[in-house]
Amino acid sequence: MVTRSTDTETAGGDVLWRERLFTTLQRRGAVVVLILVVAVSAVAFDNFLTAQNLENIVLQGAFLGLIVVGMTFVIISGGIDLSVGSMLALGGVLAAQTVEIFWPLALILPPLVCSLIGLGNGFLIARARMAPFIVTLAGLLGIRGLALALANEKPIGIDGGSPFTWFGQGQILGVAVPIIFVVVAFVVGGLVLARTGYGRIVFAVGGSEESARLMGLPVDRTKVIAYTVSGALAGLSGALLAARLSAGDPNAGLAWELDAISAVVVGGTLLTGGAGSMSGSLAGVLLLSILQNLINQVGTLGSYAQQLVSGVFLIIVVVAQAYLTRRGTY
Amino acid sequence: MTPMNRAASVSESLDRSAVASWVRGRGVYVAFVALLIFNLIITPNFASVATFSNLLIQVSPIVLVSLGVALAIGTEGIDLSVGSVMALASAFLPLYLGYGWPVALFVALLVGAVAGLVNGSLVAFVGVQPIIATLAMLVGGRGLAQIFASGQLLIVSDPAVLALGQGRLFGIPAPVIVAVVAVLVVGFLVNRTTFGRYVVAIGGNRSASYLSGHPVRRTLLLVYIISGLLAALAGIVATARLGASDPSNIGILIELSAITAVVVGGTPLSGGRVRILGTVMGALLIQLISTTFIANDLPFTWAQVFTAAIILVAVYLQKGRGAA
Repeated sequence: MVTRSTDTETAGGDVLWRERLFTTLQRRGAVVVLILVVAVSAVAFDNFLTAQNLENIVLQGAFLGLIVVGMTFVIISGGIDLSVGSMLALGGVLAAQTVEIFWPLALILPPLVCSLIGLGNGFLIARARMAPFIVTLAGLLGIRGLALALANEKPIGIDGGSPFTWFGQGQILGVAVPIIFVVVAFVVGGLVLARTGYGRIVFAVGGSEESARLMGLPVDRTKVIAYTVSGALAGLSGALLAARLSAGDPNAGLAWELDAISAVVVGGTLLTGGAGSMSGSLAGVLLLSILQNLINQVGTLGSYAQQLVSGVFLIIVVVAQAYLTRRGTY
Repeated sequence: MTPMNRAASVSESLDRSAVASWVRGRGVYVAFVALLIFNLIITPNFASVATFSNLLIQVSPIVLVSLGVALAIGTEGIDLSVGSVMALASAFLPLYLGYGWPVALFVALLVGAVAGLVNGSLVAFVGVQPIIATLAMLVGGRGLAQIFASGQLLIVSDPAVLALGQGRLFGIPAPVIVAVVAVLVVGFLVNRTTFGRYVVAIGGNRSASYLSGHPVRRTLLLVYIISGLLAALAGIVATARLGASDPSNIGILIELSAITAVVVGGTPLSGGRVRILGTVMGALLIQLISTTFIANDLPFTWAQVFTAAIILVAVYLQKGRGAA
């Protein structure tokens, strides 16, 4: 890697100031873009800033948001979790299957089972030193197969009268329950990441695993916890989505791991690990959600254009990031 | 312990580690042969020309895209976009059939090369991580393909194109011939050319490769263009086999099969080594697992679980070579 630190030293304050601006833009770019997009949309579309539409946007992003909180920890620690979409499906199926036995089980069992799977992922990655990409790719395939097998490849309905559905469809003080879950997850996740020792260690491990190990930091434990949390949140998201839809669908969350990674990357977290923020990831999720909402509002754009726009948007963001951080490449 | 005993035990442990490392390197062949024998005994009507012919035809598109993915992984990169590039090639093919089949095939391949050029430029010149660059192409590429095809399935009836998917030469199905030729060409590129040496050198250590004066950026660009071309070829073969261009479904999730084939075949994700025959074997193994489950009326979903277990075991075994 070639860094421009020497330029900074020789060229004096002016360059230093620009460096700082670029770094800030790269780290907080998603928040800046989010504000811009909201401002432009508010002017361009009459019914964009209505309470109903805003709630739609947030609710649309809530289930992905829960996954993104876990993914942020994993990616900052230098790893990746491709198994989250499949775990969401497994969580939904488990919820639908247990809700009739005893409804609180439907809320507790999915995060529990998925956190155990995450624990397994983390153990294979940290202790057996296997590549995160491969371990969780196997998870993606295997857990989806498991979810499909458990559900006989068909969505399982949940009785609409069950108290469990309140967790997907109910409201507290006019705010949808899943939104409350995701807000709590982002606040707690953000505090843990930025204000606790565990958070610092996650950054250290992602920055340089060897250095972290040599400093005597509990590298293995840190990684295992990150994957466990990622699993638990994916399972919880699956349970809440099942409650919202009144069904546990084994095909739910298909390719959501890619959306979650996009959201995290758009939020300014580097895939190489060691840098990033929870607020950026939140902005990333909201941006993806708003993008979808705007495409629906324009109406003339088909659902195919939506994919194209998402892909182009992702590229613009990462190219901008690449230029702003100006990482030296050969 | 007498010296004799010690010598014996040393040679025994040498034997064992030799066997272990042989199995590590060739695990995919062992697994394939074992599963083949299992099928010959258990599965009714398995030992027929039709069964093997089907297996080979079905595996052809996977082999084609796996070759490109293997090259990308060899440079410590990855290509997630192969399925969407298949869809793009498939979408463009019928649009240009009016100008004759050579033009249509050329355009379809060109589209794949351009997609690879975009991926490669982002990776080589802009410095975007391969997983992100090709993820954007995975998402955007399929959208583009569906826009060009208006989201519809278009029947392809040109006999020359159909022959690529359904024809036979000396009794060998055309997709198999295409795949074998591609394997030979890519195998030659990897093992017998400086380009192949550069690929492995970049995957081993990009900085060292650059400092040694290797054309790193040009090589990376070429790797992703070749991967795009192979994916387009796979898209053409799949379209010809189906007799229709179906950009919504062609090549969906094939990147996962391809990565699995490459990794199970002994190419480490950390780059620096490319195993072409291993990749082909990996693809055959995955296809044979599906065939086994389907032929024995076992729920197909368990095949996925089984494949996942195979991936974990294969990668765990490779770990000993500092390859995981």
